[in-house]
Amino acid sequence: MTTTFIILILLLGFLITFQIAKASEYVSVMRGEEKSRKQNNRINAFLLLTFLVLGLIGVYYCNERLGGKILQFGSSASNHGIDVDNMMYITLVITAIVFFITQIALFWFAYKYQESDKRKAYYYPHNNKLEVIWTAIPAIVLTVMVGFGLYYWFRITGEAPKDAMVVEVTGSQFKWEFRYPGKDKVLGKKFYKAIDEGANNPLGQLWDDPANHDDIYVTGEDMHLVVNKPVKLVINAKDVIHDVGLSHFRLKMDAVPGTPTTMWFTPIKTTAQMKKENNDPDFVYELSCDQMCGQGHFKMRGTIVVESQEEFDLWMAKQKPKYYLAFPDKDPNAPKTDTTTTKIAAIMPQ
Amino acid sequence: MSNEANIHGHAEVITHHEVHHDEHHVHHHKETFITKYIFSQDHKTIGKQFLITGIIWAIIGGLFSVLFRLQLGFPEQTFPILETFFGKWAKGGVIQPEFYYALVTIHGTVLVFFVLTAGLSGTFANLLIPLQIGARDMASPFLNMLSYWFFFIASVIMFASLFVHTGPASGGWTVYPPLSALHQAGDGSKIGMDLWLVSMAMFIVSSLLGGLNYIATILNMRTKGMSMTRMPLTMWAILFTAILGVLSFPVLLSGAILLLFDRNLGTSFYLSDIYIAGQILPNEGGSAILFQHLFWFLGHPEVYIILLPAMGMVSEILSVNSRKPIFGYMAMVGSLFAIAILAFLVWAHHMFVTGLNPFLGAFFVLLTLLIAVPSAIKVFNWITTLWRGNIRFTPATLFAIGFVSLFISGGLTGLFLGNSTIDIHLHDTKFVVAHFHIVMGVASMFGMFAGIYHWFPKMFGRFLNHTLGYIHFWVTIIGAYLIFWPMHYEGLAGVPRRYLDLRDWHAFNKFDDLNKMITVVSIIVFAMQLMFVFNFFYSIFKGRKVRTSNPWGSNTLEWTTPINPGHGNWPGEIPEVHRWAYDYGKDGREFIPQTEPVGPNETKEH
Repeated sequence: MTTTFIILILLLGFLITFQIAKASEYVSVMRGEEKSRKQNNRINAFLLLTFLVLGLIGVYYCNERLGGKILQFGSSASNHGIDVDNMMYITLVITAIVFFITQIALFWFAYKYQESDKRKAYYYPHNNKLEVIWTAIPAIVLTVMVGFGLYYWFRITGEAPKDAMVVEVTGSQFKWEFRYPGKDKVLGKKFYKAIDEGANNPLGQLWDDPANHDDIYVTGEDMHLVVNKPVKLVINAKDVIHDVGLSHFRLKMDAVPGTPTTMWFTPIKTTAQMKKENNDPDFVYELSCDQMCGQGHFKMRGTIVVESQEEFDLWMAKQKPKYYLAFPDKDPNAPKTDTTTTKIAAIMPQ
Repeated sequence: MSNEANIHGHAEVITHHEVHHDEHHVHHHKETFITKYIFSQDHKTIGKQFLITGIIWAIIGGLFSVLFRLQLGFPEQTFPILETFFGKWAKGGVIQPEFYYALVTIHGTVLVFFVLTAGLSGTFANLLIPLQIGARDMASPFLNMLSYWFFFIASVIMFASLFVHTGPASGGWTVYPPLSALHQAGDGSKIGMDLWLVSMAMFIVSSLLGGLNYIATILNMRTKGMSMTRMPLTMWAILFTAILGVLSFPVLLSGAILLLFDRNLGTSFYLSDIYIAGQILPNEGGSAILFQHLFWFLGHPEVYIILLPAMGMVSEILSVNSRKPIFGYMAMVGSLFAIAILAFLVWAHHMFVTGLNPFLGAFFVLLTLLIAVPSAIKVFNWITTLWRGNIRFTPATLFAIGFVSLFISGGLTGLFLGNSTIDIHLHDTKFVVAHFHIVMGVASMFGMFAGIYHWFPKMFGRFLNHTLGYIHFWVTIIGAYLIFWPMHYEGLAGVPRRYLDLRDWHAFNKFDDLNKMITVVSIIVFAMQLMFVFNFFYSIFKGRKVRTSNPWGSNTLEWTTPINPGHGNWPGEIPEVHRWAYDYGKDGREFIPQTEPVGPNETKEH
């Protein structure tokens, strides 16, 4: 009903506008085309000026309305994010200046030099001095921007510190899986052909590699990071390209099947701190997939907790290596009887 | 000879010089309906065919954007009417994710390739090249005809893909493998994807045939006196566009063919280490990133293929209607040249977060930001062209001014994204969507509209309705800014693109009102474009007739032809050219056509 109504209104508007336009054409023929053309010229020149003024007000209003909803410059929760924010700030200032100068000049000149019988256009085909000036100035400004940009870029993409903790992130349609290297601080080798979800090996860990025996596997819950401790993410994908997007940390890195990538940063604010800072008790660090990966792309969400070392250790102590789930008999902490009961439980229908 | 001709005054300036010509006859052979309107070899008809096909695609692509905007603006609402039309794709009146992604993919593909490449440069290169350089037709009219018909075949295949059972391609217009390579990855990666690739291959053939022809014609078939530096800037822009296309489209073709092999012949160009849908694939050793290199090696020049013709037309239109020469002609040519060169050297700025070597990335940052220099030159020169002019605001002028405004706005946000440091944060967010829609999408559409309003009299011997043109312009520019300006803020909040529902996300779910507003505005803007289309077709038959051969008081050669030029363009001999195309307001004269010999007392300088 409403849809038909809307379509009808649109059609009506359509018809009316068209009739007006047609009528104006006839009127202009009757009044003399030259005269009505000049009138149109004045109207449009005035509208251009109005558009400039309202547009500038609109830019201000838009910023008032939405400026508070963006990730504020300087509020980043990682060290690299601060660099990104600085670069954005520099770029914003420079581009804003250029934006206002050029837009105002464009619309103001259009208004000011509208056709008039009193004026003749000024024959001004070129001026090499001007050309040199506005080649050189942008070039210099851009050099500055490239300079800052590359300085930050190499800081962000440089080698991770030696003491960085390592977390492996694996994306697949449409979930995130995390692996921690365990006590030995080494991620065990894996190979995609060893993946066997039924046998407790969703990542294809090679159990021959002893480094795998203490690796902790987590999925469907938070990724845990330690505040002020550098972390290096080793990023993989199982099926198609995904992307680890960490908007609060201002970072992003693709997860490419067959080509592991890495990204490191230092979280500088705990989740609790962010809750307080944003005045938002529900605050949570989110991990979004930022590379189109199929129909569940928009739901491929992960969450991250940044906490103190003690909290992290407490959490870590509760985790059980996947190795022991795959081979329960190898688990030193599991009493023999326990395993049999679980096995029976698995067989017996409840 | 006084030449105080106002735009409706007489400007019959066809002067017959004793020029030597090849034995070009005006084609007198019999023309049937089929040879005149369908398998026509007349460049003007082919241009119109490109334009009308482009318009049809623009309606489809635009409609798709309205549909997915409905989902974005009103995710909690149901639209039963959608189920009526689209069945299972909009079950219960809700746009299904697979449908949403198909819509965005086809919207992107169609607008980028079919509308803004074929519809824009196909139309205006065909229409304007022979007319503005003074040739009877293209170097090879037959290849030219084939170029259109390959585009037609591509269109038919792409259109057919919309109706296959599993739907059209839905991996985004960039169709990155493995998503696009594996049938298991989703419905959109099934037969629809094969059709997409085949359609694109046909499209590339069309584009190459056209491009080679444009280059050959511009280089070889200029009339006497038309040296390269006397050509209007439209010609320079189209020449560089064609060169870009000829050098970069084959790379996409190879990328597409390798992808077809991976999909259907079991090769592993892009595939390695894949476990999908519970299945371990045997492919090893390929690189998913290789495709991105091949894709963007075309993909980035492609945005200039779209933009350069618009720039050329805007330069011409601003100059004609300011009644002033374009400021800094040689700088304009030089900056076009610089952009064309740099276009080939920046493709990896789309790939900063793919794990690209940071050292390599640094060069791409440098080269990307360098493009801002020629772009800045162009903007300043356009503004200076308006300065102290005597500007007539035809709808074409307004769209040209709108183009400059949008090009500034969108170009400046490019300085954010081209800088890898910021791109790490903003990559694949709504900021990117806002950026490229303004600078490449809407701006080029504005260039195209400007071109259509300006050259419609040449195409059909009638004017478009100007009142509708003014309404069209104002609604479109206000709408475009309302849609895309605030969208930057979404990107700055980190909202990723290609998310059809933000309600599950804590950080992103705060733009309800904004998304509703954008959707409503985009519906209005779309309706306005339909009105333009109506104006277009209505005016072909009923528009105000053009009564003078040079209605805009323009210097270029196309206005020396009869109002409705036949095949061959000039009934007599091809006019000779004596000066550049921009002698407006010189020596107190409003305009001096290119065909007029330089007088003895004329100011030397140009």
